[in-house]
Amino acid sequence: MADQKFETPAFREFRDNPAIKDGAMSHSQPFVAKPEHNTPLGFPGELVDNWEVKAVEKLGDLLNKNRALRVYLDSCVKCGACTDKCHYFLGTGDPKNMPVARQDLLRSLYRRHFTLAGKLVPGLVGAKDMDKEMLDDWYKYFHQCSQCRRCSVFCPYGIDTAEISMAARDIMDHIGVGSKYSNEILAKVHVIGNNLGLPQPALADTLEGLEEDVLDDDGVDVKFPLDVHGADVLLVTPSADFFAEPHVDGLIGYAKVFHQAGISWTLSSYASEAANFAMFIGSYEQMHKVANRIRKAALDLGVKRIIFGECGHAWRVAYSFLNTLAGPWDFLDPKYPVPQHILEVTNGLIQSGGIVLDAEANDDKVLTFHDSCNVARGSRMGDVEGGQFIIPRNVIKASVNRFVEMDPQTTMEKTFCCGGGGGLLTDDLMELRVKGALPRMEALHDVVNNHGVTHMAAICAICKSQFTKVMPYYGFSMDMIVSVHQLVGNAIQLGAKE
Amino acid sequence: MAAYTVNGVDYEHDEEGYILDVTNWNEDLAKVIAVEEGLDMTDEHWLVVNFLREYYNEYQIAPAVRVLVKAVKKQFGAEKGSNKYLYELFPYGPAKQACKVAGLPKPTGCV
Repeated sequence: MADQKFETPAFREFRDNPAIKDGAMSHSQPFVAKPEHNTPLGFPGELVDNWEVKAVEKLGDLLNKNRALRVYLDSCVKCGACTDKCHYFLGTGDPKNMPVARQDLLRSLYRRHFTLAGKLVPGLVGAKDMDKEMLDDWYKYFHQCSQCRRCSVFCPYGIDTAEISMAARDIMDHIGVGSKYSNEILAKVHVIGNNLGLPQPALADTLEGLEEDVLDDDGVDVKFPLDVHGADVLLVTPSADFFAEPHVDGLIGYAKVFHQAGISWTLSSYASEAANFAMFIGSYEQMHKVANRIRKAALDLGVKRIIFGECGHAWRVAYSFLNTLAGPWDFLDPKYPVPQHILEVTNGLIQSGGIVLDAEANDDKVLTFHDSCNVARGSRMGDVEGGQFIIPRNVIKASVNRFVEMDPQTTMEKTFCCGGGGGLLTDDLMELRVKGALPRMEALHDVVNNHGVTHMAAICAICKSQFTKVMPYYGFSMDMIVSVHQLVGNAIQLGAKE
Repeated sequence: MAAYTVNGVDYEHDEEGYILDVTNWNEDLAKVIAVEEGLDMTDEHWLVVNFLREYYNEYQIAPAVRVLVKAVKKQFGAEKGSNKYLYELFPYGPAKQACKVAGLPKPTGCV
């Protein structure tokens, strides 16, 4: 909120580890979900009786279902490789934001109840019982993890802190302590179909307005179809694309690509959301429910293909889990991958000459690209290894003449989170979001100063909103952040093909 | 639950200052919320607030930022028709802060 007081971290001359500041972020936690946010998701409204026992039971349940979780909890050797890899640690100096320390919050309970040594000699192996102090630490510090998985790239055992953080949030939801931000949004998706709570008439009005805008600006009658039965493509995109800047400029870009390539497409008011916040709270049941809205919309509309817009974690869910969550997709056209990313489609059309781009249209800009964590480390694009890095860059380079990479320690699989991912993009965590953006802002500062970069492109609704909000804290203008398909939309040659 | 008090009447709001009952809104209340937000309400502020309320009454949601920009542009001219200008009016974001003053629920999601 407007009255939150904190100091924006200064850029560090050398990217050293910050001095340890014990408890630097022990005051930071998101608003707790109320009964009206929890009960629609099947979670208890508030902290249940006997929660200490129920938390352990839920952990046992998760361990039985998820072998990987047990491996992650067992295999840490405390080598320290992860300690300086988390953007929240680098931005805050709070030692509980070292990934190993975050994992240990859950690991100590695991050891106490599920390992022999922890049962016999808890004090010797860091095993602890669940108590109020532990729960408070969980609520605070598992909401200072954006589940970006950068630390796991550096872990010699590949321990995935995101999975641990998801498990901890799932356990907390099951004892009635959830985050308002995520749970309120999920409840809204079940009723209205999207995170925003944008009902069908408002969506239709918004899309009509965009048609008018494009006609005014480009003189071309580009359509933004909604609920069109028999369209070939169902586009599933984050609802922020209908609402926020620069997201909506990306949506205009997708529509221009479809228009120019002659692809028949539609949006769905029932599945008007690509995001699946259930992943953030580690709830398989909720993830399944949200993903099945897409299945139902695809069946109802009779489409042949599903294409996802620019949304980071949506693409992870779609690319990695859509078939198990909502498949089989045997009713779709087998000529196309299920699902496809809009960037794969646009890239293919650029290669084949199906669309023509004039990069001069973006000559007022020098671009760099922020890899979004869930795309970079949780998915792929195209059919070659690293396609999720190559394809967005190909599309950007076809759309602009001047492109500069940021420090390679901060891009591709080593990309830093924007600071707002994983269900933390909420105003009550603004201090965390600003401080967590530090490593990305430092890398951006470098290319701005040394290479004249004017804009940073992103392919995730969270990244775009987060940067719009936090960049001014670091002296950058909020409109430096752009959608990749905004660049495409500027450069695409509309009208008759020569 | 915390509340704004205006002319002796309490209006409950959530932990972030959004009033709970949209139908309770009135201009005096908006002025009080604006003071809490550190805003000095000008004609431009009121135009945004009134537009938000009209749009909400029709669609049960706040308008997209772009729609809002268009409305401001129409009324006050091209130089004020930008997202940046809306941020000058409502430094904490045209969608969220203006919604608070207009008595509307906060837009949720990746915005």
